[in-house]
Amino acid sequence: MTRTITIDGVTRIEGHAKITIHLDESGKVCDAQFHVTQFRGFEKFVEGRPLTEMPSIMARICGICPVSHLMAAAKACDDILAVDIPPTADKLRRIMNLAQMVQSHALSFFHLSSPDLLFGMDGDPMRRNIFGLIREHPDFARDGILLRKFGQDVIALLGGKKIHPAWVVPGGVNAPLTEETRDTILKQIPEAIARAQRALDYFRTVQDHYPAEVDAFANFPTLFAGLVTPDGLLEHYDGTMKFVDHNATPVAELNSSYHSHYGSLISEAVENYSYLKFPYFKARGYPAGIYRVGPLARLIVAERCGTVHADKELGVFRTRLGRSPQSSFHYHWARLIEILYGIEMIQRLLEYPDILNTHIRSRARPNRLEGVGISEAPRGTLIHHYKIDENGLIRWANLIIATGHNNLAMNLGVRQVAERFVDAEHLSEGMLNRVEAVIRCFDPCLSCSTHALGQMPLRIELCRADGEVCDVLQRD
Amino acid sequence: MSAVTSTTQSITLTIDDKAISCRSGETILQVARENNIDIPTLCYLEGLTVWGGCRLCMVEIAASPKLHAACATECTEGMTVRTTSPRLKQYRKMIVEMLFAERNHVCSVCVSNGHCELQNMATKLEIDHVRFPYRFPRMEVDNSHDYMRLDQNRCILCARCVRVCGEIEGAHTKDVKGRGVLSAIIHDLDEPWGDSQTCTGCGKCVNVCPTGALTHRGTAVGEMTKKTEFLPYLTLMREVKL
Repeated sequence: MTRTITIDGVTRIEGHAKITIHLDESGKVCDAQFHVTQFRGFEKFVEGRPLTEMPSIMARICGICPVSHLMAAAKACDDILAVDIPPTADKLRRIMNLAQMVQSHALSFFHLSSPDLLFGMDGDPMRRNIFGLIREHPDFARDGILLRKFGQDVIALLGGKKIHPAWVVPGGVNAPLTEETRDTILKQIPEAIARAQRALDYFRTVQDHYPAEVDAFANFPTLFAGLVTPDGLLEHYDGTMKFVDHNATPVAELNSSYHSHYGSLISEAVENYSYLKFPYFKARGYPAGIYRVGPLARLIVAERCGTVHADKELGVFRTRLGRSPQSSFHYHWARLIEILYGIEMIQRLLEYPDILNTHIRSRARPNRLEGVGISEAPRGTLIHHYKIDENGLIRWANLIIATGHNNLAMNLGVRQVAERFVDAEHLSEGMLNRVEAVIRCFDPCLSCSTHALGQMPLRIELCRADGEVCDVLQRD
Repeated sequence: MSAVTSTTQSITLTIDDKAISCRSGETILQVARENNIDIPTLCYLEGLTVWGGCRLCMVEIAASPKLHAACATECTEGMTVRTTSPRLKQYRKMIVEMLFAERNHVCSVCVSNGHCELQNMATKLEIDHVRFPYRFPRMEVDNSHDYMRLDQNRCILCARCVRVCGEIEGAHTKDVKGRGVLSAIIHDLDEPWGDSQTCTGCGKCVNVCPTGALTHRGTAVGEMTKKTEFLPYLTLMREVKL
């Protein structure tokens, strides 16, 4: 008798999703799907709006990573204006983008994922949350909260507020950095680096406790994609979009001058069970063109980070896991390395002599009818593509967000975890948590929207082929 | 602002229990403001003719069962005016809520965010939500002018732009078409702004607009600030010339 287990809903990105796990007659998992069941419609309702509003409108896609959308949108607008933004504006945008990454990664690792790692995947759910963490590991929790605060504070100091700052505008930014603000941020750097290093020291001791999870958390060969500098270093704001295979061998590159040709590398497939599209690497077809983005992918795509402490840690990472580890469990470690990198790079950028320059905005009217902006969000490569009419009003928009790039991998990952951990007869909380945990490795926005409150409202039903529910596990 | 003539008489009245004297021909709103009594307005702007459209300046007058627009009601001898009461507060909140519900006022992504008279009025009246269903009309943005923009989504039909264009600039490019909720600001005979043969491009309409409906092109969210100080001066100059 075939049966279906439905997890409804996991969530999406800012909303809801569900998972179905299909069992064959012998009770083994034969398929699993990650359905994104919510539709948001940003691509449609920006039609008719003026170009200059795009960064701020697009920032509303997410409350956790609004800066990422600000960057990609502003870059797409720069492309339409056909301007090079002033070098100081470029650096200031980079600082905010890195601060965003630091705070988002800290949220993902400390608040959302670390309870699983500290209390165990099968740990008591009453303890296995941020409050349990604060109660039983106060120093660790404090580091996480303060690292996030560091990132948020930098965003607020630059842009005036932590969430949805309107500071990033087409052509640059709208207010220069003051000496006082620069010094305020610089003063916080050493402590932030120390906190990130403590977290890395801790994570290295935990990593080996989860061999089964390392083995089954979306552990399969795929392509990886991310931005790199012209020298092949880690990059988050602008650069060459690079695809490598599972051995880290380059398979395709798109120079930053040719970002508008992203369509030559990526296509989007649609499945009738999900509102989230399925981007794939065009040359390999669908679904063979599966690829991953995000911190792990970036560390595989890049030759090295380019900052002292982060490169040292990347060396340890590669010594222990190899040049291109395939398990998505390693996203956690990669995330921590990127936090360290982000703090170091913010310091480097702030120390440039021209960082206080007041020429921070290039003024122009639309000089092209189409523009593409590609940057790295905490969760991976973010693509904004707009077309305008001759009056400068948006007529068409296409967004490929990081969670979308990882959609195929998340689906396969859920299936892999289900195959490994789901017992057809009895559903356990630990199994439920592992299904969540593999999704959490990718840090899709769905975890942003729900896990911050403690837990996802999950419901798993084990059904017979005739539809009769034989076991239910619910978490409201 | 009314010109002072030799036939002006002195009038005494009471506004919010305060005995006040003024000249005949002055409106309740003018006298209240001269005496530092605040009456909220949106369509009124010193220097332009009275429109009486927004109804936010409604006040109670003793012995009168109905409310009166302070901007359009002249003071009379012995008049007793109340500018604030639970009833007035309720009506004013309702009016502003209906303005928000009528079109698409999305403050967070508006170029006038933080510099908007409608937004400030909502804050002043302690409006924290809108009790009426939003209409979400599909409205166009006219971005055809070289350096100015009309966003119908943010318009509250106060007609300040229409008045400044006709009365101060003398162009009368702008007007209002339609009736009720279908009313809309137009240029000439409902043509794209950029095609207007009468618009002088002076930009006064942008500066008197209380919201993000009329703005400069190229401004991003929160960047649009308005300058209205020029109006009384221009009006005075016009009157002196006349």
